[in-house]
Amino acid sequence: MPWWLPAGLALSLVALLAGGALLALGFAAGGFDLAETLGQPYLWRVVWFTLWQAALSTLLSVGFAIPLARALARRDFPGRGLLLRLFSLSLVVPVIVAIFGIAAVHGRRGWVNDGLELLGFQGLHYLYGLGGILIGHCFFNLPFVARVLLQALDSVPPESWRVASQYGLRSRDIFRLIEWPALRSVLPGIAGLVFMLCFTSFAVVLTLGGGPRATTLEVAVYQALRFDFDLGRAVTLAVVQLVFCGGIVFCLLRLSVPGNLTLTEGRVYERPDRADPLGRWLDGLLITLGTLFVVLPLAAVALAGFNATASAVLSDPRLWRALGQSLTIALTSGGLALVLGGAVLVSSRILRHRLQRSRAAARLELSASLILVVPPFVLATGLFVLLRPFTDVFALGLPLVVLVNALMALPFVVRFLGGPMMDEAQRHDRLCQSLGIAGWSRLRLIEWPNLRRPAALALAVAATLSMGDLGVIALFGSEDFATLPLLLYRAMGSFRMAEAAVIAAFLSLVCLLVFFAIDTLLGRASIRLPGRSVRHA
Amino acid sequence: MHEGPLRESGLGGPVRDPILSVSALTFRYEDMTMVFDLAVGRGDCLALLGPSGGGKSTLLNLIAGFETPLSGRLEIDGRDVTAVEPAGRPVTSLFQEHNLFAHLTVDQNVGLGLDPGLRLDAAQRRAVEEALQSVGLAGLGGRRPAQLSGGQRQRVALARSLVRRRPLLLLDEPFSALDPGLRLEMLDLVDRLRRDHGLTVVMVSHNPEDAHRIAPSTAFLCDGRIAVQGSTADLLADPPLSALAAFLGQGRRDG
Repeated sequence: MPWWLPAGLALSLVALLAGGALLALGFAAGGFDLAETLGQPYLWRVVWFTLWQAALSTLLSVGFAIPLARALARRDFPGRGLLLRLFSLSLVVPVIVAIFGIAAVHGRRGWVNDGLELLGFQGLHYLYGLGGILIGHCFFNLPFVARVLLQALDSVPPESWRVASQYGLRSRDIFRLIEWPALRSVLPGIAGLVFMLCFTSFAVVLTLGGGPRATTLEVAVYQALRFDFDLGRAVTLAVVQLVFCGGIVFCLLRLSVPGNLTLTEGRVYERPDRADPLGRWLDGLLITLGTLFVVLPLAAVALAGFNATASAVLSDPRLWRALGQSLTIALTSGGLALVLGGAVLVSSRILRHRLQRSRAAARLELSASLILVVPPFVLATGLFVLLRPFTDVFALGLPLVVLVNALMALPFVVRFLGGPMMDEAQRHDRLCQSLGIAGWSRLRLIEWPNLRRPAALALAVAATLSMGDLGVIALFGSEDFATLPLLLYRAMGSFRMAEAAVIAAFLSLVCLLVFFAIDTLLGRASIRLPGRSVRHA
Repeated sequence: MHEGPLRESGLGGPVRDPILSVSALTFRYEDMTMVFDLAVGRGDCLALLGPSGGGKSTLLNLIAGFETPLSGRLEIDGRDVTAVEPAGRPVTSLFQEHNLFAHLTVDQNVGLGLDPGLRLDAAQRRAVEEALQSVGLAGLGGRRPAQLSGGQRQRVALARSLVRRRPLLLLDEPFSALDPGLRLEMLDLVDRLRRDHGLTVVMVSHNPEDAHRIAPSTAFLCDGRIAVQGSTADLLADPPLSALAAFLGQGRRDG
C-alpha cells in the first residue's frame, strides 16, 4: 500500500464533498450575479463585523489565557486536575447549553446583575450584541487556549527551572527568558485555530448576537438559505468566507503548526517565582476568576434543570425520540470522523517517520483542519441539491447531518489522536517493519492495544461535539427529525425557559454520559488477544 | 572523491564467500554524504566501530532496509536486496531499545518472529519454547517485558531472532545500557548463538572491548566512510590511521 493512499482517500472524500457541494449550489443558483452581491454594502458590513468579532474574541481569549496558564503552571491546589480536564474539554460542551448557562449568569436577570443589585448598583445590560458574542467565544476558547499553553509550559525541561532557581530569576525574567519562548512556538497555531472557530461561529452569534447589526458570514449564509432560500447569495457569502478565513488562517498557520493535545495534568515545578506573596495573591485571583467564568454557567444549567416542569418534559415522547436521533448522529458521525482522521494520520506518520518529511506531514494534518472554513450549511445544502434527484428528500436529513458533523469533527480527531500515533510509531514502527507486521495484523496486535485509549478519547470528543451541535440540524430539522440541541433552541426561541432549562440539563447529562461511556468502556476495559488474555490497568 | 576502504592483511585479501556485500551504497543526511563499501564473510562476526555521527547506525539501517540509499548496491546471501522491504530481507535487527512490544507476553513477542499475525500451530509453539530455552529464559514465556530485567529483555529479542532463522544478525548497540558484567555475558551469548546456529553478526559498538570479545574482524567508520577494515586484533593493537588511534584513546597528548 503506498503511503499516500489512506490520507488520499480520506481527503479526496472531504474535498469532493466540499467542492461538489459548492459547485452544486452555484449551479442551482443559476443566474446569480457575483459582482452585484459583492457590490452590496450589506455584504461588506457583515464581512467587517465577522472579522472584528473574531479578532476581538481571539485577542481576549489568548490575552487572558496567557496569565491564566502561567498561574496554573505555578500553583497546585485541590481539584487542579479536575479543572484542567474541564478546560481541555470546554470545546465539547454543547454550544446551546453553554449559551443557556451564560444567559442565566450574564443575562438581564442573571446572577451577575442579581449580585450587583444586592450591592446597591444598577443592573447592566451587556449580554446581547458584541458583548454576548465575546463572552460566548471566550467561554469556549479561553479555557482551551489556557490548557494548550499550560501544556507548552509543562514541556519546558526541568533543568531550566533548576537553573532559574540557582540564579534567582525574577518572575518577569522567567517570562521573558523561559516561558515566552515556549509559548511563542504554539501561539500562532492556537490563535489561528481560535480565530477560525470564532470567524465561522454560528450558534453563539445567532443566539447572543441579538439582531441584524451583529451578523457574521456564517449566520448570513444560514439566513439566506433558511428564510430567503437565496442560493446565489449563500454561495457568494460562502466563497467570501472561504477566501477571507482561509487566507488569514493559512498565513497564521504557516508560522507554526499547532501542537497536539493530551489530557495529562503535568506537574507543578519548584520555580523561584512561586514564593512571592503578591504573585501568590494574583495567581489565586486569576484562577478563581477563570474557574468562575467557566463553572458558573455550567452550574446554572444544572441548578435550573430542577424545576416544576421537569417531570412533564421528561415524560414527553418527543424528548426521547430526539435523544435516540441525537445518539445515532453522535455515534455514527463520531465513528466516521475517527476513521477519516485515522486515515490521514496513517499517511502523515509514514511521511514523518519513514520519509523524514515532517513539514509535509504537518501540512497534511493541517489540510484536514481547513474543512472548518467551509460553512456547514453550504456543505449540507449543496449536497442536498446534489442528491435530491436521486433520493427521497426526507430521507436525506439524517445522513447529511451525520456526514457534515463528521467532517466538522475531523480536525479534533486529528489533534487528539495525532500525538499518540506519532509516539507509537516512534516506539514500534521499525520493529513492525522488520518483523513484517502490517495491515490488519498490525492494527489488531499492535496499534489497537496501544492506541485504544487515545482513540477512545478522540471518538468521545467527536461524538460529544456532534451530539451537542446546533448547526446543520437547524436547517434540516422538522417535527419528525429533531435532536436535543434543536429542541433546546426551539424552547429558548419561544421563551419556554423552564422547559429549556430541563432540556439543557438533560442534554448536558447525556453528553457527559456519552463521553465517559466511550472513554471508559472502549478505552480502559479489558480485551483479549490470541494466546493469552491481555489486561490493561 | 570516493576511495575504497583500506584493507588490512589480517584476514588475507578480499573476503571469500561474502554473505553481505555493500558496494558504493550512497546516502545523504542533511549535508553529509556517506558512501559505504563493505564485505562480510559467512559465519563471521564484524564489529563496526567509530565515533558517533560517523554513520555506523546509518549503515546498519541501510542494510536492514529502514533507509533507502540514493545509489549503490546491496547483496545479502547472493541476492540483490537493494529494493526489498525490511521484512523481506534475510536479516534480523536488534535495536538499543524498543525491541519488544510491552503489551504482549514474552511468548507472543517471540511468536511474532514466526507469524506476524500471531497464529501459531503446535510446532511453532514448540519452536518458541526451544528458542527461549537456548537464551536461558525457559519458563518465562508468560511474563510481560516490564517484569523482566534489561538483560532478559534483550535475550527475548535474541530468541525471536533465532526463530526467524535469518542468516544475518544486525546488532545496534543493544547491550550498551547494561552493566559491564551483564554486557559481557550477553556478548558471549551472541557468540555462542552465532556458532551454534551458523549466523553472521554485524555489530555496531562504540566500545573496542566489545570487538575484542567476540568479533574477529572490525571496520572503522568515520565521516560517512569505512576508513579501514581488517582483523580486530591487528587494528586495535596497531592502529593504521590517526583517526582510529584517536578514537581508541591512543592519540598523542598535547601539552
